[in-house]
Amino acid sequence: MTRIHLTVDGASVADDVEPRMLLVQYLREKLGKTGTVIGCDTSNCGACTVHLDGRSVKSCNVLAVQADGAEVTTIEGLSKNGSLHQVQESFRECHGLQCGFCTPGMIMQSVDLLNENPNPSEEEIRLGLEGNLCRCTGYHNIVKAVQHAAAQGSSTVGQGAQA
Amino acid sequence: MTAVQDAPAAPQKEIGRDRRRKEDQRLITGRTRWTDNITLPGMLHLAMVRSPHAHARIVSIDTAEAKTSTNVVDVLTGADLGEGQGVNINAWPITPDQVTPTHVPMPSDRVACAGEIVACVVARSAAEARDAAELVDVEWEVLPAVLDLKKAAADEVLAHPDLGTNKSAYWKFDSEEAGTGGNVDEAIAKARTDGIVIEREYRQQRLIPAFMEPRSVVVDPTGEQITMWSATQIPHILRFALAATTGVPESKIRVIAPDVGGGFGGKLQTTPEEFIAWAVARRLGKPIKYTETRSESLVSGHHGRDQWQRLTLAAEKDGTVTGLKVDLLADLGAYVAIVGGGVPVLGAFMFNSIYKFPAYQFGVQTVLTNSTWTDAYRGAGRPEATYAIERLMDELAVEVGVDPIAIREKNWINADEFPFTTVAGMEYDSGDYAAATARAKEMLGYDELRAEQKRRRESNDPVQLGIGVSTFTEMCGLAPSRVLGSLDYGAGGWEHASVRMLATGKVEIVTGASAHGQGHETAFSQIVADRLGVAFEDVEVLHGDTQISHKGLDTYGSRSLVVGGEALVKATDKVIERAKPIAAHMLEASADDIEFSGGRFSVRGTDQGVAIAEVAMAAFAAHDLPDGVEPSIDSEATYDPVNFNFPHGTHLCAVEVDTETGGVKMRKYACCDDIGNIINPLIVSGQVHGGLVQGIAQALWEEALFDESGTLVTGSFVDYLLPTSADTISFDIDHTTSPSLTNTLGTKGVGEAGTIASTPAVVNAVVDAIRHFGVNDVRMPCTPERVWKAIHANDGGDPTERAAMPHFGDEDVAGNQETPGASSTEGAGA
Repeated sequence: MTRIHLTVDGASVADDVEPRMLLVQYLREKLGKTGTVIGCDTSNCGACTVHLDGRSVKSCNVLAVQADGAEVTTIEGLSKNGSLHQVQESFRECHGLQCGFCTPGMIMQSVDLLNENPNPSEEEIRLGLEGNLCRCTGYHNIVKAVQHAAAQGSSTVGQGAQA
Repeated sequence: MTAVQDAPAAPQKEIGRDRRRKEDQRLITGRTRWTDNITLPGMLHLAMVRSPHAHARIVSIDTAEAKTSTNVVDVLTGADLGEGQGVNINAWPITPDQVTPTHVPMPSDRVACAGEIVACVVARSAAEARDAAELVDVEWEVLPAVLDLKKAAADEVLAHPDLGTNKSAYWKFDSEEAGTGGNVDEAIAKARTDGIVIEREYRQQRLIPAFMEPRSVVVDPTGEQITMWSATQIPHILRFALAATTGVPESKIRVIAPDVGGGFGGKLQTTPEEFIAWAVARRLGKPIKYTETRSESLVSGHHGRDQWQRLTLAAEKDGTVTGLKVDLLADLGAYVAIVGGGVPVLGAFMFNSIYKFPAYQFGVQTVLTNSTWTDAYRGAGRPEATYAIERLMDELAVEVGVDPIAIREKNWINADEFPFTTVAGMEYDSGDYAAATARAKEMLGYDELRAEQKRRRESNDPVQLGIGVSTFTEMCGLAPSRVLGSLDYGAGGWEHASVRMLATGKVEIVTGASAHGQGHETAFSQIVADRLGVAFEDVEVLHGDTQISHKGLDTYGSRSLVVGGEALVKATDKVIERAKPIAAHMLEASADDIEFSGGRFSVRGTDQGVAIAEVAMAAFAAHDLPDGVEPSIDSEATYDPVNFNFPHGTHLCAVEVDTETGGVKMRKYACCDDIGNIINPLIVSGQVHGGLVQGIAQALWEEALFDESGTLVTGSFVDYLLPTSADTISFDIDHTTSPSLTNTLGTKGVGEAGTIASTPAVVNAVVDAIRHFGVNDVRMPCTPERVWKAIHANDGGDPTERAAMPHFGDEDVAGNQETPGASSTEGAGA
């Protein structure tokens, strides 16, 4: 067991974890952060995407011990003071989700994409979301949602991405 | 009580509005209730020990080491669980003499496919269970396995030796025998002498539904009712199957489908994993959870499609179709799944599609192999039918020498011919194929693209343009119970709904449909808001829990709106009828003089009225009701559809094929679907987009492949190629509206339309782009290698062998790229 200390969605937490424990398992099993989900076992689907010190990572591809001392933001920490992040709003507005299972990862990746590139072209959006699989939407409305968020100035509103 | 109020302004109609979804708030904030999120006190975790072999006898299972592993509670084999584990049932024996192997969730003697479960470990954590599962030592006697569908049909190696054959059932429809048309053999014989005969063999490759949420099940045996949460499309059917085969009374079983992350038919199953979790929880008396890994999901969740289609189309020289004969081989996998052989039968009535064939015959031979079981996958039978006929119509157009749209126009049912009884015996209620086609052509820029195609062809451009057409129809809204009964299906096709009028003016509606991403909570709220004149926000939709929604037949086959929505309409109508005498009493009028509109009961010819919420409150208080009137206006209805319904549409696709690499790039996709009246255009657009990509993925990317020993080589998302955002494009979609005449709302199903229509549109486009190289088919998925080989098949060049993965090597290509076994064309232009 290894002791780790980190900040998750603004709260300081500490735990003894097995060195092999994945960050996504830590979030779900130890912290009850079940908003972040597991969709595959090969780091292909991106459903588990969270932010680690402000950048998106697939949390199935990071060991919990690697997050020691880091700041983690999950889908559950994205909205602030009861108001949704613009990217969350845009996914709803543009019907960018159906079953919603890929949505936490898709939103976290979209926030990261817009932080890097506030005005992406359709092609840049499509390439930027390539590591996140969705089986319901055919991506059409996800792309529209990211465009919508960009048009609303997501990068300036997107404080949640840094927290 | 204020019985007299000023009538408010008429609220905006909810039906037809692009309401944002009620479901989304919890899904975009991570406040979700997936089955795997559930944690119960004392809950134990399961890990499965699965067969690596396609066919093997279990000689022995040594569980000793696993049992001593840290925090392991028990290790159980099929022998331990015995008969109490129940059976995974087939609900649709398509013939009385169907050969159906018994499907025990955890067999103790023999496995018939890789991935079958032979032992399970129960531990305090999922990780510890998985660690210990590695320590279970199974001694196998490997048996000969049959994996290839055609070889299996020859019965040389048997998937289940004790059955004596791999042939499960042969099901046939013949229009002459049914009295719905002529003799197809005569039509073909005549065409051989003075018309056109097109014979083709097409392959429907095996696909994997690949819903994003892996399947998960939690069983809590500690209450009076044993509760199962499952990531399922069919909580009601699951409850029935548990009761029917495990000896637990149905009244002691509660099944809950909480948030379910997609299904596409893949969660239309009762699974070994559910039944094993059920048996273990009952045995140990503790809550049990099992969540599959993606690799387990891909190998053990049922697969879809997997057919060989031998097709003969007869036509006159001018292209008027005269007959269609369909001969299918369908791979069931190792067991006959819940719908099983019924999947190809669902396609039997659709090969004739929108065309006026005077003679038709369909036959399907279902076959057992030592592969993962197959069952419904989005479209279930109808994509296969649509693919075959839409590919054939393109081939016919080439033979006649006309545009592919012209050949369709010549043969389709005209708008003034509805209702139309087809050669397969279906009555199509409404449609307008010409209108949808005109709109789709306009959206695509069909004529301009044809001109560009001509220019590129003439200039010998290395990048050639192809345009694909698919004018599809489908049958959905499963299903009239009498029809299902006549087909020997084990259940009916009705749906149930109830409406609870709460004292505070809120409305709870309960539906037997079980959504897993479709947006029922939103669309059904819109329907009820309009019917009862209450606010959209005041309606709560409850579903997916057999204790709340006690009756239902769940969600599949594009049935929820057209069957479940109609049940809801009937239940709301009953609410209004029940409320009338109370409203009349409140208004001191005769019930005969009461009319209902916009949420208010009023006395005809006066301005006196009461809101329905006030009536609900009066019924709740029950202080002053007319004599003999029950203190409730809640109502329920069970609706059995009178017919299927028949959405249709025209899908057009333009692709660019790089003739030097074989790479296919989608340039544009436009479709105009006629799904009758639309409740929520936003939800409909999502259904169409997602359906399109699944259908396009069959055409271009996806295929489940086993190696010769029965190992699934596409066993992870590394190898099974789901499309990403970077592989796909944005779509142009629109609608024409021919309301259905067989339900009150005039709606038709849309859940499967995009998937059914798009696959042939894409393959037709690919073939169209390279037809001048002498190509008349490319097997799906149309990978660059296959396209390149098709281009070079006739030029004597030396193809690059084994350029990609060895799994996609010679044998695979031989079954395909080379002229398919029965491909020939006779007659004009041949």
